[in-house]
Amino acid sequence: MSILKPDFIKPVAIGAVIFAALAFLPSLVDSYYMSLAISVVSFAVLATAWSMFSGPTRYISLATVVFFGIGAYTVAVLGEVLPFPMVLICAGLAGTVIALLVGFSTLRLAGVYFVIFTFGLTELVRQVVSWYEVNVTREMGRYVFLDITQNDIYWQLLALFAVLLLTGFILGRSRLGFALRIIGEDETVAKHCGIDVTRVKVALFVLSALFMTLTGAIMAPRWTYIDPVIAFNPMLSFQVVIMALLGGPRRLLGPLLGVIPLTLLFEVLTANFPNHFSILLGCVFMVIVYLLPGGVVGLYEKYRAPKKRALATDQNAKSGGNAA
Amino acid sequence: MQISAKLRLATIAAATTAVMSTATLFGANAQETYRIGYAISKTGPGAPGAATSTIPNYEMWVKEINDAGGLQVGDKQLPIEVVEYDDRSSSEEAVRAIERLINQDKVDFILSPWGTGLNLAVAPILDRAGYAHLAGTAVTDKAPQLSKRWKNSYWLLGTGEQYAVAMADFLEGLKDDGKINDKVAMIAVADGFGIELSKAGREALEDRGFDLVYDKTYPLGSQDLATIVNDIKSLDADTFVAFSYPPGTLGLTEQSRVLGFNPKVFYAGVGTAFPLYKNRFGDNAEGVVSLGGASEDDPEIADYIERHVAFAEREPDRWASIVNWATLQSLQQAIERAGSTDREAINAELAKGGFDTILGTYKPGDQTFWRVGQWQDGKFVGLAPTDMEGAKELVFPKPEWKAAN
Repeated sequence: MSILKPDFIKPVAIGAVIFAALAFLPSLVDSYYMSLAISVVSFAVLATAWSMFSGPTRYISLATVVFFGIGAYTVAVLGEVLPFPMVLICAGLAGTVIALLVGFSTLRLAGVYFVIFTFGLTELVRQVVSWYEVNVTREMGRYVFLDITQNDIYWQLLALFAVLLLTGFILGRSRLGFALRIIGEDETVAKHCGIDVTRVKVALFVLSALFMTLTGAIMAPRWTYIDPVIAFNPMLSFQVVIMALLGGPRRLLGPLLGVIPLTLLFEVLTANFPNHFSILLGCVFMVIVYLLPGGVVGLYEKYRAPKKRALATDQNAKSGGNAA
Repeated sequence: MQISAKLRLATIAAATTAVMSTATLFGANAQETYRIGYAISKTGPGAPGAATSTIPNYEMWVKEINDAGGLQVGDKQLPIEVVEYDDRSSSEEAVRAIERLINQDKVDFILSPWGTGLNLAVAPILDRAGYAHLAGTAVTDKAPQLSKRWKNSYWLLGTGEQYAVAMADFLEGLKDDGKINDKVAMIAVADGFGIELSKAGREALEDRGFDLVYDKTYPLGSQDLATIVNDIKSLDADTFVAFSYPPGTLGLTEQSRVLGFNPKVFYAGVGTAFPLYKNRFGDNAEGVVSLGGASEDDPEIADYIERHVAFAEREPDRWASIVNWATLQSLQQAIERAGSTDREAINAELAKGGFDTILGTYKPGDQTFWRVGQWQDGKFVGLAPTDMEGAKELVFPKPEWKAAN
């Protein structure tokens, strides 16, 4: 690993400056824009975490909300018992354990079977939680009364996103990242190279799930009341997939290019056409799929990449940073 | 860098459009209108409930006031202007929409969303911004603590416990008169509402010497409850209690009719008091007991129902709609009594109460409405609390099911 080379230090330094600047956002804008910023950063974490696993392996996972919901529920259960940092650690552990179980039992599945399984997993977890609440605690909804302000949530999400990007950046240069890219290109070849395919995939799946779980845990205090329908809403999984695919899941900052325009688009549509939201959203998706089949990054690569492949990550980091 | 420059431009353009379009929504001079905002579930799982109990009442209230020239605030008449959003039945969307109403649209007053979950999600934001919160469709055992926690919040439908206890009291009276045996079969939907009511109902019934011969839950959204009905049919219980939600309520009624399960007391949950229940089952609705109720002999309530039908082309439900309407009437009077659009003055008036409404003299949060009601001759009348004015006698036993029409 080339930790101290300039091509590592430079992007990290630029990233650090941008994130430091973003941390001052709450003192500049009112709470409406803060809620919009929270939405952007939370989807940025989810879509980037999703792409971290699904980008290189090409497994489409619809289980995002499973981990997000587990994080939220951990806060609902432990929020008033433990200090918040401890709650986050517990949420992370819970997410990791579930992801390990799910990973080892399912990552041998391929293609559409995996998609269907992850979608079913959402329903399974939701029903298990419901069953537990109905038969054991006999209280369906849970209340989260924590003194965590909107700005606290924003800062936590921002920090989480920074850690995620750094992790992704290091990963992209590590042996594990290289192994993943080979698996993505051809799994049989990867096996013949001596890569333990399943273990690599599970490791990445767990890492990506950990960030999703933490996002759910950080967001939970915003809603005061959590029940299984609210915490495990499958719409979230689809939104994350759409955002990541629009941006381009195979680059570290690709998903961000999908998250920002789509979050703003959702906002414009909700604010101005509350009665026609779904219809307009459907039309927009059709236009996107028709005009941008390879995502925003695909468009970028079509014009730029052939000659400067080596510099792509670097350039990408810059353009993504500017857009943010 | 041509593409990323374009991208940046597009992002900026999208952001500017977002800002400008929300800004144009309220370009007008501040106090020529009274601006009311709400975010409500127009789509998603909450949509049917919102369209029954909440949206028609909000729209009718605004229309009636504007047709009369507006709210009488001091010496001015201010028409109401509405800013509405769809929260898509999601807590996060509801939170965002309320932030938008407060900070972007800067509305004068915010009406509540639909359902327990969404009302709880927006409550802390409304409280922090100093807006009163008239939570019209939330049933939660925490209601008393919540009104203490958020000073200007009113939990209009109260706790689940009070409905369950009122029902148990009512059944106890029947048992003491020797009309029903001590066996009760109870089911509940596995959702916040069903669990809360069945928990309270279980305790209340057992305290009153009832024997719960059946006590199970069914999953939310399930309509085919024939197996449950068949199980219960053989248990010889005179009383059947279902703390169900609309899909289950309709399914249960239909399957009980088909399977010929006709207990002396048939109690079904949310949805029974909806007009669609009567439309669907016609004469078979007769004798079905549920929560809520309306004193249709009361000319004011009869008049309200008539206006609602004329406005929305359907009847209001006989539970939350009535409470919501009384609360909207209270809000209008609070604004007019305050004589200004100052939020704190209006909040203070709301807290004083003493409003003249279809529920009589009313203060938001008063629990002066029917807990147990029954379909009698096409009207969903109030039975309990039995000491309330206009309480009807129970039609007993429940008439036999008729063949489907």
